Amino acid sequence: MLSLVVFLPLVGAAALLLIRGEPAVVARNCRNVALWTTLATLVLALVMWARFDPSTPAFQFVERSEWIPAYGIGYHLGVDGISMLLVVLSAFLLPICIVASWRAIETRVREYMVAFLVLETMMNGVFCALDFVLFYFFFEAMLIPMFLIIGVWGGPRRVYAAFKFFLFTLVGSVLLLLALLAMYFQAGTTDIPTLMATDFDPALQRWLWLAMFASFAVKVPMWPFHTWLPDAHVEAPTAGSVILAAVLLKMGAYGFLRFSLPMLPEATAFFTPLIYSLSIVAIIYTSLVALMQEDMKKLIAYSSVAHMGFVTIGIFTLTTQGIEGGLVQMLSHGIVSAALFLCVGVVYDRMHSRLIERYGGLVHRMPVYAAVFMVFMLASVGLPGTSGFVGEFLVLTGAFQVSTWVTFLATTGIILGAAYMLWLYRRVIFGELVREDLKSILDLDRREVAVFAPLVVGVLVMGVWPDPFLRVMHASVANLIGQATTGAQAAMLTLP
Amino acid sequence: MNDALGSDLMLALPELWLACAGMALLLVGVFLGDKATRLVLWLAVGALALAFIVISDRPGSSATAFGGLFISDGFAAFMKQLVLIGAGVTAVMGLGYLRREKMERFEYSVLLLFATLGMMLMISANDLISLYVGLELQSLSLYVVASFQRDSLRSTEAGLKYFVLGALSSGMLLYGASMVYGFSGTTSFATLATAFASPVPPDVGVIVGLVFVIAGLAFKISAVPFHMWTPDVYEGAPTPITAFFSSAPKIAAMGLLVRVLIQPFGELAAQWNQIIVFISIASMLLGAVAAIGQANIKRLMAYSSIGHVGYALVGLAAGSPAGVRGVAIYFAIYLVMNVGTFACILAMRRREKMVEQISDLAGLSRTRPALALVLAVFMFSMAGIPPLAGFFGKLYVFLPAIQEGLYGLAVIGVLSSVVAAYYYLRIVKVMYFDEPTEAFDRPMGREIGTVAIVSGLFITFFFLAPESLLAGAEHAAAALVP
Repeated sequence: MLSLVVFLPLVGAAALLLIRGEPAVVARNCRNVALWTTLATLVLALVMWARFDPSTPAFQFVERSEWIPAYGIGYHLGVDGISMLLVVLSAFLLPICIVASWRAIETRVREYMVAFLVLETMMNGVFCALDFVLFYFFFEAMLIPMFLIIGVWGGPRRVYAAFKFFLFTLVGSVLLLLALLAMYFQAGTTDIPTLMATDFDPALQRWLWLAMFASFAVKVPMWPFHTWLPDAHVEAPTAGSVILAAVLLKMGAYGFLRFSLPMLPEATAFFTPLIYSLSIVAIIYTSLVALMQEDMKKLIAYSSVAHMGFVTIGIFTLTTQGIEGGLVQMLSHGIVSAALFLCVGVVYDRMHSRLIERYGGLVHRMPVYAAVFMVFMLASVGLPGTSGFVGEFLVLTGAFQVSTWVTFLATTGIILGAAYMLWLYRRVIFGELVREDLKSILDLDRREVAVFAPLVVGVLVMGVWPDPFLRVMHASVANLIGQATTGAQAAMLTLP
Repeated sequence: MNDALGSDLMLALPELWLACAGMALLLVGVFLGDKATRLVLWLAVGALALAFIVISDRPGSSATAFGGLFISDGFAAFMKQLVLIGAGVTAVMGLGYLRREKMERFEYSVLLLFATLGMMLMISANDLISLYVGLELQSLSLYVVASFQRDSLRSTEAGLKYFVLGALSSGMLLYGASMVYGFSGTTSFATLATAFASPVPPDVGVIVGLVFVIAGLAFKISAVPFHMWTPDVYEGAPTPITAFFSSAPKIAAMGLLVRVLIQPFGELAAQWNQIIVFISIASMLLGAVAAIGQANIKRLMAYSSIGHVGYALVGLAAGSPAGVRGVAIYFAIYLVMNVGTFACILAMRRREKMVEQISDLAGLSRTRPALALVLAVFMFSMAGIPPLAGFFGKLYVFLPAIQEGLYGLAVIGVLSSVVAAYYYLRIVKVMYFDEPTEAFDRPMGREIGTVAIVSGLFITFFFLAPESLLAGAEHAAAALVP
C-alpha cells in the first residue's frame, strides 16, 4: 500500500511519456492524466490516514525487502504519527498544483507534468523511507525535478535561482551522506528504527549532528542558510513555489524529528541553544525583511522562513506541546503558504507582475478573491479559528515551559507577522482602484475557486477542530520525546 | 615442460587470441586496402567480443604463467572485461565518424586492437618487466591513434604532445622500476611482496623508486599533478578516439596502479597512502574547479575524467577490500557514463561538421528531446545525484573511506563533488533552459544512438539492482586483497 502511494505518481509519469498525438491534444491529455494520478494518490493517502492506528507509536503499513543486502541496506517503508500527515499533505497539494498550472503552463506541458509526478514520488518516498540510504536517495533525487521546474518554467532570473537552489541543497546533502555512512559503521545498519535504538558515542554525535544540521538547516531553511529560498520562490512558477514552500521545506524539519532528535539526543541537548538562537533571529530578522519587500512572492518567501522558525523552536523544546505544535505548524504552513503563493499566482496570471505597488483596491473588482486572500492572510498571522493559531499557540506553550525569553522573543515575531501581512493586504486589496489596467481585472473563475476551496476548508477545519490531526501524532510524539530526553538526561548525569 | 607451456598458453589465451587477430587483420587490411575498413572494424570488434566471452567464461581462480610474469585472477578478469567493453563500444562508435571525416583507414581498428592487447597485458602484469612491456604496447598504439587525423593540426599536435609527455612518464616509470630492482634485487611482484613483508624497514631507495612508479602511472590515469596532457589530447584527438582514451586505457592503468600498490607494495601502504590521498584530493579539486571555465565539451570531459579518477582513488586510498571493490565498481559505472556521454557528443554535428562547444547544445531539449534527456541523465549521474548510477559509484568509494577513518578525504571529496555538480548542471542548463539554436544533423547514426540509449537505460535503472556489479567486484577485490 505504501509503495503504491510512493510509486503511483511515477507510473503516471511513465504513462505521460506514452501519450501521442497533436500538441494540443497531448497537452490536454497530459493534464488529465496527471490530475487523475495525483487524485488517486490522494485517495490512497486518505485511506491510509483513516486506517492509521493512532494508539501505537510503531511504524505502520511497513514494507520491507532487500535492496543492497551486501551492506544490509534495505527497501524499508513505513509511516508513524509524525510522517503520516506529511504524506497526506504532499498528496493533498499535488492535485491542487496540477489544477493551478492548468492554464498558466502552456509550454512543454508533458515535461512539466512528468516533473511534478516524479517530484511527488520523491516527496512521498522521503516521508515513508525507513532506511537511511533510501531516505537519502529520495531526498537528493528530488533536486533534479525541482531544478528543472525552476529552470525551465521559471521567471527571468530562473537560471540563477535554480543553480542556487541546487547547489545550496547539495552541499548540505553530501554532508548528510557522510554522516549517514559514519552512522552505518557505528551501528552496522542503515535501518532507521534500529538506528534510533542505537547509542552513539557523544563525541561523535556532535559531528554527526552538525553534518545533519548542514543538510536540514538549508532545507528548513534556518537563518543564515535561507538565502536560496527567496530567489527560488520568486523565480519558480506558481506551482513550483507552492511545492517548495509547502512540502520541501518540511523535509528539513522532518529530518530533525526523524534523525537528529531520536538518534543523537546528547548532541541535540547540546545544540538546542543554537537552534533557539537561529530560530529567533530567523523569526525577527526575516519578519523585518519581509516588511520591506516590494515583491509579493518574496514577502511570502521571507514569511516562510519566519514561520519555519516557530517550527524549529517547537521541535527542539522536546515537550509534547512544542513538537505537536511544530507539526501542526508545518501542516498549517504547508497549506497557508501554498495558498498565499496561489493567491499571488492568481493576480500574476492576470497582470504579469508581482510588485505590490502595481496593485491596489482589488476588492472592488475581485470580492471573492479578497475574501479568500483574507482567510489565508489571517491564518498566516495566526488568528484564532485558523490553523495558524493552533500551531503557534502550541509551540509557544511548549517553549514557555523551557524558556521565557525564547517565548518572549518568538512572540514579537507574531506581532511583526501581523504587521507585514496586514500591510500587504491593505496595499493590494484595499484603497482606491486607481490603475487603469486593473479596472478590467476579473474575479476568480470556477477553476480557481476549485483550487482554493479545499485549502480554505483545510485551514478552517484545522483551526477549529485540530483533534483528528493531533490524535494521530500523540503516541509517536510521546515516544519521540522518550527517545530524545532519556539520552539528554543521561548526558546531564554523566557531566561532572 | 610441454604441459607447463601448454597451460601457460591457455592462461594467456585471450591475449594470444587478440595478438593473432591483430596481426591477421593487419594482413587483411593490407591486402584489401582502405575499402575494407568496415570489415576490419567489425572483425576487430568480433575478436574483442570473443576475448570477452573467453574471459567471462573462466573460473576466476588465481594462476600465474611464464615464470610468474603473467597473472590471471578475478581482479584481472573483471578489469579486462571493462576494458574490452570500453574498447569494443568506442570502436563501433567511431564508424560513422570515420566515414564522414574521410578517415576510413583500416589501421584504426588494428591499432585499437593492439592497444587493447597492451591494456590486457598491463592488467595481468605480475612483474615490473611485463608491466612495462604492456604499458608501452598500449602507449605506442595510442600515440599513433591520437594523431590519426593526420591532416588536422590539432590532431597531430595532440599526438605529439601525448607522445612527448607519455615518453617522459614512461621514462619515470622505468627509472622507478629500476630503482626498485636495484634496491630489492627482484622485479617479480610476488618476491617483492615477500621482501617487504619482513620487519626490516625497506631501503629508502625502494621508496624513491615507488614514488617514481606512482608518478609514471599517475600520468597514465591523468591524476593531478600529472594531468597536463589530458585536456589538450582530449580536445585535439578525433572525438571517437577521445572516447576511447577516456575509457579503456584509464581503466587499464587504474587496474595496474591498484595491483602494483596492493600486491607488491601492499606492505608499504603507510608510505604510498599519503601520496594517493594527495593526488586524489588534488585530482578531485582540480577536476572540479578547472572544468568550470571550459567552453569546449571535450575539454570539459577531460577535466571531468580527472575528477572521476580522483574519486576512484578515494577507494584505493582506503586500501581495504571494500576500497578495491569500490574502485572496480566506480570504473564500471564511469565507463558506461563516459561512453554514453561521448556517444551524445558524437551526435553533435551541424551541416556535416562536428561541433564541440557547450553553447552548441543550446535548446537541445526542444530540437532533440531524447538526446537531451539521455545527456542530462549522464550529467546528473556524473554529478552523483541519485537515483542515477553515479550516486552508487560514489557511495561505494566513500563507504570504505569512512570505514578506514579517512574523514578529511571524504569531506573534501563530497564538497568538490558539489563544485563539480555546477558544471554538469551547466550543460543541463544549456540544453533545457536556453533558447534553441540550429538543430543537429539527422540521423545521428545507428551505432551512436544504440550506445547512448543502452548506456542511458543502464544508468537510469541501475538503482533497481545496485547489487548487480557488487558480486563481480567483490570477487575481483578478493583476488587482490586476501
